[in-house]
Amino acid sequence: MRILFKNSYDDDINLFEDRRHLLKYAALLVLALLLPWLIGNYYIGELTSVVIWSLAGLGLMLIAGHTGQVSLGHAAFMAIGAFAHLALMIRGWHFVPALLASGLISGVAGALIARPLGRMSGIYLAIATLALSIIIEDIAIVAQPITGGVAGLFAPAIQFFGFQIDRYGTPIAFYYLCLTVLVLVTLCYVNLLRSPTGRSFLAVRDSEVSARALGINVASTKTIAFALSCAITGLAGALYAHLAQAVNYESFLVLISITLLLQVVIGGLGSIHGAFFGAFVVVLLPQSISIFREFINTSTPISLAAYPGMDTAVFALIILLMIIYEPRGLYGLWLRLRTWLELFPLYRKGMFRRTRTYLKTERMR
Amino acid sequence: MSLLQVESLSIAFGGVKAVDNVSFSVEPGEVFTIVGPNGAGKSTIFNLISRLYEPSGGKILFDGKDITRLPAHEIAALGIARTFQNIELFDHSTVLQNLLIGRHSRRGTRWYEDMLFFPKVRRSEREHRRIVEEVIDFLELAAYRDKLIAGLPYGIRKLVEIARALASEPRLILLDEPASGLSVEETQDMAWSIEDMQKDLGLTVLMVEHDMSLVSRVSNRVLAVAEGKPLAMGTAAEVQADPKVIEAYLGTQEVP
Repeated sequence: MRILFKNSYDDDINLFEDRRHLLKYAALLVLALLLPWLIGNYYIGELTSVVIWSLAGLGLMLIAGHTGQVSLGHAAFMAIGAFAHLALMIRGWHFVPALLASGLISGVAGALIARPLGRMSGIYLAIATLALSIIIEDIAIVAQPITGGVAGLFAPAIQFFGFQIDRYGTPIAFYYLCLTVLVLVTLCYVNLLRSPTGRSFLAVRDSEVSARALGINVASTKTIAFALSCAITGLAGALYAHLAQAVNYESFLVLISITLLLQVVIGGLGSIHGAFFGAFVVVLLPQSISIFREFINTSTPISLAAYPGMDTAVFALIILLMIIYEPRGLYGLWLRLRTWLELFPLYRKGMFRRTRTYLKTERMR
Repeated sequence: MSLLQVESLSIAFGGVKAVDNVSFSVEPGEVFTIVGPNGAGKSTIFNLISRLYEPSGGKILFDGKDITRLPAHEIAALGIARTFQNIELFDHSTVLQNLLIGRHSRRGTRWYEDMLFFPKVRRSEREHRRIVEEVIDFLELAAYRDKLIAGLPYGIRKLVEIARALASEPRLILLDEPASGLSVEETQDMAWSIEDMQKDLGLTVLMVEHDMSLVSRVSNRVLAVAEGKPLAMGTAAEVQADPKVIEAYLGTQEVP
């Protein structure tokens, strides 16, 4: 077992606790950079998809995992980001300013709805955000001058100094582009969490009453959290538009919102890692299930092709089991595994048992 | 001049007058305790002072400034910190993080500065960290610094909540039943902590407490309330001997 010695306050403030920690993440980044060279074009597409869903998941994690406000409407902000981005690019904007503007527009949209939504909590908030997700489908049709109506919009090619980045033509370059956005957003996210703003999010999540007593303006904290969350999700929407090459009113259905929420719950609410783990699950699990089904079909006499909808059912079953047996998600599982390895053979079974929570007063809500 | 002045404060929930025309003032540097039977309105007075409740009448002055209409989140910055009867800590964070949240009212950075982590943010984080460490030293919480709240014993949580209040560098600290649920030794330690707060930190303490041994040991003045109305004020012994207080706790001698 490793013991960390802290010699200055900076040890608690720094991004990485020591060199080893830094090296681990550097190795991960190198792996992420090398991976597309080792796999085929199809899997590069899947990997890019994981990156984009990680980004969208980070957005939802900020509001659902760290500020404690559940949202079933984040597909709406992906839609706002995607349509804003494409509409600007079609009008001649370059990719980078259009991307930044799409993040800004979704962020402002998030801030605007945060004021009324911030007064709600729990199931009411879930219903309100769900409604948002349904409304946006119709808005996408009605706002034809911007969104292209029923036909939707096609993604123009991305130009960088005469070099063209295209999802099919140059998949690796597109992957790097998405990865760059993801890394930058993750850095900003980690910075938030180690500073007063991030701590105020956690405070609002865990106890609004004591947050107020400690001088946290709950309404404006929720507004900032919603705005940042929606901005990140909007960025993911904009990148998704390039991945899908075209978006219309059917690209961001309620199902996407639900999948996003599942992603952060499976990954582990309240951890940045969770958004990433969850993205791997929602992108790769359906693929793995169908690959597995193909394998069963071809190598055994059992034919599974006759059962339509089975993939979805298996996917749902895995998620259900996950929520029942590991409510802290994959990140919780990972923490346990890591502790087991670090302490081997001293790990005790009860170490991560959920402790009793003391009664909290609801009187002042 | 009094640090905290409460003038004919009232609040009614429906027909119930939870606090009815209560006035008192807390002098700088004293430990002022409010006692009373359950449901007397003691915690309600606290919630009125920390502006979680809207009073239906009366005035609250802190250091001469009228705070009766201030929003709750502006109270901490003035120098009023509080703890809760049922411990309202942030369970999924460590002790250190909880105390750092206690510094929120002293933050000097905005969200976009935090997001980009300007050098200014690091400087102010170091300062927060230093003051939090002083509080950790003061309440001897060093052993629990990086522990999650969810795993801590009840007595330590009580202490952490006080530490979080102290981290905001208050002038007045409101302690809502600091000794409830504590063992005899822990109550003893709590008495020492309160005495230290008064003598070493020069804090003014406003406290609600049932444990009369603790009350008589640390309080300079005691106010007894029952059914929202003030009954008696004086030293702990005077209040305990007051016939109206005895009646409120035990009832009258006549048998109906």
